[in-house]
Amino acid sequence: MTSQTLTSAAPARPSTAESSLQRSRQRMAWLLVAPALVVLLAIAGLPLARTLWLSLTDAQLSDLSTRQFVGLANYIGDAGVLADPEWWGAVKNTLWFSLLSVSLETVLGLAVALMLNHPSRLKTLLRAAVLVPWAIPTVVSAKMWTWMLHDQFGVINAMLLALGLIHQPLAWTADPDLAFTTIVLVDVWKTTPFMALLILAALQMVPSDCYEAAKVDGVPKWSVFLNITLPLITPAVLVAMIFRTLDALRVFDLIYVMTSNSRTTKSMSVYVREQLIDFQLAGYGSAAATLLFLMIALITVSYMALARRRMEGH
Amino acid sequence: MKRIEFTDVLYWLAVPPVLGFALFPFVYAIASSFKQGNALFSSDFWPKTWSLANYAGVFAEQPFGQNLLNSVLVAGGVVALSLTVSLLAAYALGRVSFRGRGVLMMTILGVSMFPQVAILSGLFELISALGLYDSLWALVLSDLIFTLPFTVWVLVTFMRELPKELEEAALMDGAGVLTVIFRIFLPLLWPAVAATSLLAFIAAWNEFLFALTFTLSGEQRTVPVAIALISGASSYELPWGNIMAASVIVTLPLIALVLIFQRHIVSGLTAGAVKG
Amino acid sequence: MKIALMSAAAVLALAGTAEAATLKISCGAVGQELELCKQSVAEWARKTGNEVQVVATPNDSNERLALYQQILGSGSDKIDVMQIDVVWPGILASHLADLKPLAGGAEKAHFAGIVANNTVGGRLVAMPWFTDAGLLYYRKDLLAKYKLAPPKTWEELATAAKKVQDGERAAGNDKMWGYVWQGRAYEGLSCDALEWIVSYQGGSVIDSASGKPSINNPGAVKALETAASWIGGITPKAVLNYGEEEARGVFQAGNAVFMRNWPYAWALSQKADSAVKDKVGVMALPKGGTNGRNAATLGGWQLAVSKYSKNQKLAAELVMYLTSSEVQKQRAIQGAYNPTIGALYSDKEVLQANPFMGNLYTTFTSAIARPSSVSGNRYNQVSNQFWNATHDVLSGKSDAKSALTALNASLKRLAPAGFVAAK
Repeated sequence: MTSQTLTSAAPARPSTAESSLQRSRQRMAWLLVAPALVVLLAIAGLPLARTLWLSLTDAQLSDLSTRQFVGLANYIGDAGVLADPEWWGAVKNTLWFSLLSVSLETVLGLAVALMLNHPSRLKTLLRAAVLVPWAIPTVVSAKMWTWMLHDQFGVINAMLLALGLIHQPLAWTADPDLAFTTIVLVDVWKTTPFMALLILAALQMVPSDCYEAAKVDGVPKWSVFLNITLPLITPAVLVAMIFRTLDALRVFDLIYVMTSNSRTTKSMSVYVREQLIDFQLAGYGSAAATLLFLMIALITVSYMALARRRMEGH
Repeated sequence: MKRIEFTDVLYWLAVPPVLGFALFPFVYAIASSFKQGNALFSSDFWPKTWSLANYAGVFAEQPFGQNLLNSVLVAGGVVALSLTVSLLAAYALGRVSFRGRGVLMMTILGVSMFPQVAILSGLFELISALGLYDSLWALVLSDLIFTLPFTVWVLVTFMRELPKELEEAALMDGAGVLTVIFRIFLPLLWPAVAATSLLAFIAAWNEFLFALTFTLSGEQRTVPVAIALISGASSYELPWGNIMAASVIVTLPLIALVLIFQRHIVSGLTAGAVKG
Repeated sequence: MKIALMSAAAVLALAGTAEAATLKISCGAVGQELELCKQSVAEWARKTGNEVQVVATPNDSNERLALYQQILGSGSDKIDVMQIDVVWPGILASHLADLKPLAGGAEKAHFAGIVANNTVGGRLVAMPWFTDAGLLYYRKDLLAKYKLAPPKTWEELATAAKKVQDGERAAGNDKMWGYVWQGRAYEGLSCDALEWIVSYQGGSVIDSASGKPSINNPGAVKALETAASWIGGITPKAVLNYGEEEARGVFQAGNAVFMRNWPYAWALSQKADSAVKDKVGVMALPKGGTNGRNAATLGGWQLAVSKYSKNQKLAAELVMYLTSSEVQKQRAIQGAYNPTIGALYSDKEVLQANPFMGNLYTTFTSAIARPSSVSGNRYNQVSNQFWNATHDVLSGKSDAKSALTALNASLKRLAPAGFVAAK
């Protein structure tokens, strides 16, 4: 099939023809990528540029035409985002949230992955059950948990009271001390399956001869885990953690639906939307949005630089 | 008899709490959805009398049927558009070496990291300018921002693995590039396409912020916004029974999809993050 | 011949459009509110030969406001007549038509306070449609059981609530609380907090005459300290996330002695499945100490005409019809919507359908408006800061004095030259 047809169709002067073939192929490649690039430019690139531009003005959402250039006043300066204690509160909330969620999800995800990896007849059923929280839309999860954690009629308080673990119903979403914990709890419930699946995939890629060799040598199970399994899955786990962290830093849906604009749980995204939509401050809100974007971009770019070096090394 | 190991014991100890923790909320939501009126506020787990009143209520108080349809249309549209555009791009990025390919890949992936709020005002202006405000097209367009990069990335990973001979043979036979992509490669990529379609569908179905901001009237809303804004017969009431019923209606198909296509989903998720 | 026919057709078409216009109104989102609106609107359409479309809008106030702002901000004519909350005239004023010339003096029959609230920069931007004021609901059976009189001051309320709560708990109902209200960090908290502060003669956050913040005063401090002292004692800590419905849920299940809520809760408490049917009394909220006054926050909704409507005059006529005495009377009888026309409070049929509307007349006429008109399009930020500062005091994060000092400062920063109503 191959060489016959190739040589019969081969032109007289191979080098120039091949390079022109290559060049036409490269042109075609750019043409093929163009639609995707155009779409992304239109819905991501241009709006981002617009946000950056708006952040340098005092625009109001209700009347974008009557805006004036104010330079960096929305950022630094007395009335700027960086001077707003609520912004810093949102930053703190978001960072804490990300730290707690991602660590918990990784540890629990590892445990669940090990469990799913254990040979058993229940494997498929378990995996299906574990996937259920992930399949439920975030808004629905938020509503379900809000109902379960309802201080008067919620089933969680009822159970805890019946077990004697608490003496009065807890105000899970109202009590400033508890609200944050509640948000983390629901997020962990929802996203652990995702981490568990990723870690499970990594576990399954560990070559079985490693384990067999260890068995032959009589290495105890916990040592196998610590010294063989963990190091081998660490790269994959780190990748998953980074993706999850970037997601957690952008959290909006869960917090908005469960505790709306409450200060104790406000994330950066919720803060931006509040400034933008509730207060109609297009300029100021865009500045906050830009700051959030820069934070995420910094982490993303650093990760990519590292990843690219790894990829090019292959 | 097989020796019972310590890990086996741990396993069997861990299974019930994990199962319980994962499934309890949804089971409770189902139980609540069948309780009527004040039965919701009693402490029984299962309803004493099973009633479909909440399910009827969901469709009575808001155009929920329309909302479900909207979600299907938006998610379906997003998937169709994403796949078409991504297949083209993935072919180029996965099989043709050209300068700037690496940077392009990274940029495309980077776009999926944009915080949605960062482009909210810009997107709002674009959508108003196109006259798409309060229409489902606004959502189809804006949801592309996270489905497109992900789809491209996963398809590239799978495209790379396809054999070169097939492609060369077809090109020699005079087939155009589009034929190669859609007639020859697409059937081979079926598992990957299924996986990314499912994940993109679920992501678009779930999307909340854009749906909240770019649609106004009840008839144009998608399901997540409809559920978040469910209200009762007076402007202050929060009908928990209805909310639970709506949640069950929305979730059961999703769970069914996820369970049937478990393996595809897992392969899709892992291809993106663990391989490549 | 052809030209004659065509011009005849054109004239007919033009005449047709001049006669029957289509207006779009957003009024009410769900249930009875929507039904009643549709009814009245259909009546007007029949009488005048025009068409009116009722547009669906989100039920949540915040979402509805965001919607209006988006539509009006883009100059769209998607909605001609809008039902707006009592605190929105200031925010939306620059996009609304002046109804004074089109009302022909009709606004004089309505409560002066609401008309003043709806007048921004000398322009009447909305007609009052129905009103609401915060009320104190109480269990008359429990007060009788413990031989207590309905409280006149907050201090009396706290004592009475404690007595009944402890008594009922000892008797076996361990879910009983003394007083439930709206304590979540949202607009509803601004309503409750304003009531406490005004009842202790602490002013209304921003002084409407001078436009300067007036919140840092001893009355306001005392008010917030009093409210904070209830939490954990006669009020569950969960009140920090209660809205109207959560409070009503507790009261209606029979687990609260007192409740602060809007009038809508009355009808629901008298329904067949309510645990407190026939046991509920309604009165004005208590005074702040012996030198205080009764204070209820003004609620209610108005009807406004969009400046970008292509049929402003016709839309204004629809508004005048809907806010007229006849339609308001119908809504009062059918849906218990409190009229904004004083004369209707002595109407026999209205009083027959709603017995306590007569007692509440003074409450409605003396209701306190939130500082929305004076803060204009910054009201959302003002209210946001106000409710957050209050919430901090209630949750124990801050003491009243420092919270109010900080609030005064941050309000000043919002408008260094003082607040002035939007143009």
